[in-house]
Amino acid sequence: MSNKYTEDDLREELKTKEYEYGFYTDIESDTFPVGLNEDIVKAISLKKGEPQWMTDWRLEAFKSWKEMIEPEWANVSYVKPDFQAISYYSAPNSKPKYDSLDEVDPELLATFAKLGISLDEQKKLSGVAMDVVVDSVSVATTFKRTLGEKGIIFCSISEAIKEHPELVKKYIGSVVPQKDNFYAALNSAVFSDGSFCYIPKGVRCPMELSTYFRINQAGTGQFERTLVIADEGSYVSYLEGCTAPSRDENQLHAAVVELIALDNAEIKYSTVQNWYPGNAEGKGGVYNFVTKRGICEKNAKISWTQVETGSAITWKYPSCILKGDNSVGEFYSIAVTNNYQQADTGTKMIHLGKNTKSTIISKGISAGKSQNSYRGLVKISPNADNARNFSQCDSLLMGNDCGAHTFPYIEAKNKTAKIEHEATTSKIGEDQIFYCNQRGINTEKAIALIVNGFSKDVLNKLPMEFAVEAKKLLEISLEGSVG
Amino acid sequence: MLKIENLHASIDDKSILKGINLEIKAGEVHAIMGPNGSGKSTLASVVAGKEEYEVTKGTILFNDEDIEDLAAEERAHKGIFLSFQYPVEIPGVSVTNFMKTAINETRKAKGLDEMPAKDMLKLIREKSELLEIDRKFLSRSLNEGFSGGEKKRNEIFQMAMLEPKLAILDETDSGLDIDALRIVANGVNKLKSKDNAVLVITHYQRLLDYIVPDFVHVLYDGRIVKSGGKELAHELEEKGYDWIKEEVNA
Repeated sequence: MSNKYTEDDLREELKTKEYEYGFYTDIESDTFPVGLNEDIVKAISLKKGEPQWMTDWRLEAFKSWKEMIEPEWANVSYVKPDFQAISYYSAPNSKPKYDSLDEVDPELLATFAKLGISLDEQKKLSGVAMDVVVDSVSVATTFKRTLGEKGIIFCSISEAIKEHPELVKKYIGSVVPQKDNFYAALNSAVFSDGSFCYIPKGVRCPMELSTYFRINQAGTGQFERTLVIADEGSYVSYLEGCTAPSRDENQLHAAVVELIALDNAEIKYSTVQNWYPGNAEGKGGVYNFVTKRGICEKNAKISWTQVETGSAITWKYPSCILKGDNSVGEFYSIAVTNNYQQADTGTKMIHLGKNTKSTIISKGISAGKSQNSYRGLVKISPNADNARNFSQCDSLLMGNDCGAHTFPYIEAKNKTAKIEHEATTSKIGEDQIFYCNQRGINTEKAIALIVNGFSKDVLNKLPMEFAVEAKKLLEISLEGSVG
Repeated sequence: MLKIENLHASIDDKSILKGINLEIKAGEVHAIMGPNGSGKSTLASVVAGKEEYEVTKGTILFNDEDIEDLAAEERAHKGIFLSFQYPVEIPGVSVTNFMKTAINETRKAKGLDEMPAKDMLKLIREKSELLEIDRKFLSRSLNEGFSGGEKKRNEIFQMAMLEPKLAILDETDSGLDIDALRIVANGVNKLKSKDNAVLVITHYQRLLDYIVPDFVHVLYDGRIVKSGGKELAHELEEKGYDWIKEEVNA
């Protein structure tokens, strides 16, 4: 903890301000009462020790949110969350949940083992108390030093608000404005924490910010806020999420990610999302409503790669605003739905600059009684001369009860645009399975092989060490989906 | 090695095999010929364990073991191989990756460790030379965009890699030009030994000039109606199947 403001101070403050805020906080559990109003927003900001400008920014977002209605256009159906029945602040993992791995759900541990996750990491991920001197902690410290030497800032967004206010103030909300959409507005008002990353001019980040991430960011809150700024001519590869299953009790997740790639910069952003999808009957599971967007200045490039296997509902469209001339946007996605999962995911490529290029490769895999939709927009503005887009959307179906849908939107307002769209739908056939069986490959393994083959173009875009885990994750996600 | 007794099988309640008796010993080559729709491919699928077919009567013994309750992959692990008439495509999965998976799954079933990469590469080199396969071909997606000849050659390459005890070649000659036919047949002949057996299913006698059978059986309407030596194949080539049909129907 860098600031001197302790929980005791806060307790005192809240005691005296109790009336003013009109609610009572149980400091022991460190969770706010349910409900959302201006006072709660102020309290979150206060609790995090934020400066006034940040509090005001949150309040502005809250004001907009109150006027907004939940979007209904996505191809998903669910019972809408009661936003007044949610607690908007919970201290992140201050106490370990378990004393040893023996107390953790064996099924969860079995999955960890299948994914090849080390014991130390298993402990961290499932919230088991750890000694101070474990490998992961020292590894994290080493990372931080290496990054520091290059002038790279990588910290929590809360820390950045305090330590680097000029950067946060300049860029937060610059790509996803507070009132962008219902969930983004909600996030802007109440975001709990998240990550901040700044790569200085001309610096190539020397490592994938992935290993670091997994060790440090397990158990982040339900309203994450991420801001990545790549200054002119810099490069960063950033990995968010985890192949390990996340059994979060919070049903609603509404994150916001903003990427800023200045002139000649490149950001590669990879996500693996494996939130709890609900049980085989479709009970429970996380609602994942995420807004992710990046802006490319001149000659800049942003590449989104995502592997989505979790959540009961996924609503997510990582997008690129290709503002600068010659900028490039890419979107590579694998979305797997099984049982009763519903995913509505895709991208938006907004071509504003000249000679801008975008590529979209989307692979949807549906099994069980799930519904999987691709939704994408390619927009070429009047000034975007010679813009080019290539989109490919492939769907793979398993069984007869699932659905795959494709909703491509194309808006071209410049005659020089070249736009290509390809789409295929295929089914894993009994003949393919039998062929594999006949060669000694059992049905489960056969499906994994076919699915991996189908997803290869996207898996290849993932950072090396992660691709291996992602492959295993695909297998696990589809276990028991046939026969 | 393979002993089929009074085998009846059906699909969607339609009876296809109506009492097959066939015994194949190690070291032997058998050929099954017959007109379209006589049940040749069904026989191959039933022996390989395709689930859609229901065995309604009779037994299939493989090395004295009743294999009726074994899944297709378990039969494969025991050494039954089927070269498909229409090999399926698996996009994004290379021939090499597919073979690696098949070999290692079979080894796993036998309680063995995975084959070391070095040995795997050596085996691939050896067998691809045997079948005159360009190794670039092996990194292509399985059967995707393959010509008819490439598909069949790839089937025999897989057979060479897996070294089965019983290889069933279902219409391996269809779609092959004469050069490809010779290469495929040579491959099969080189793999033949006194410990394994081959069952060739074919419509035409042509393939049997290259893979010479010890026994020829004629399948008609779900039964083996005539058996003989390799000369029977020539007789069929000359006279067609009508005389067999007449004999049976008389």
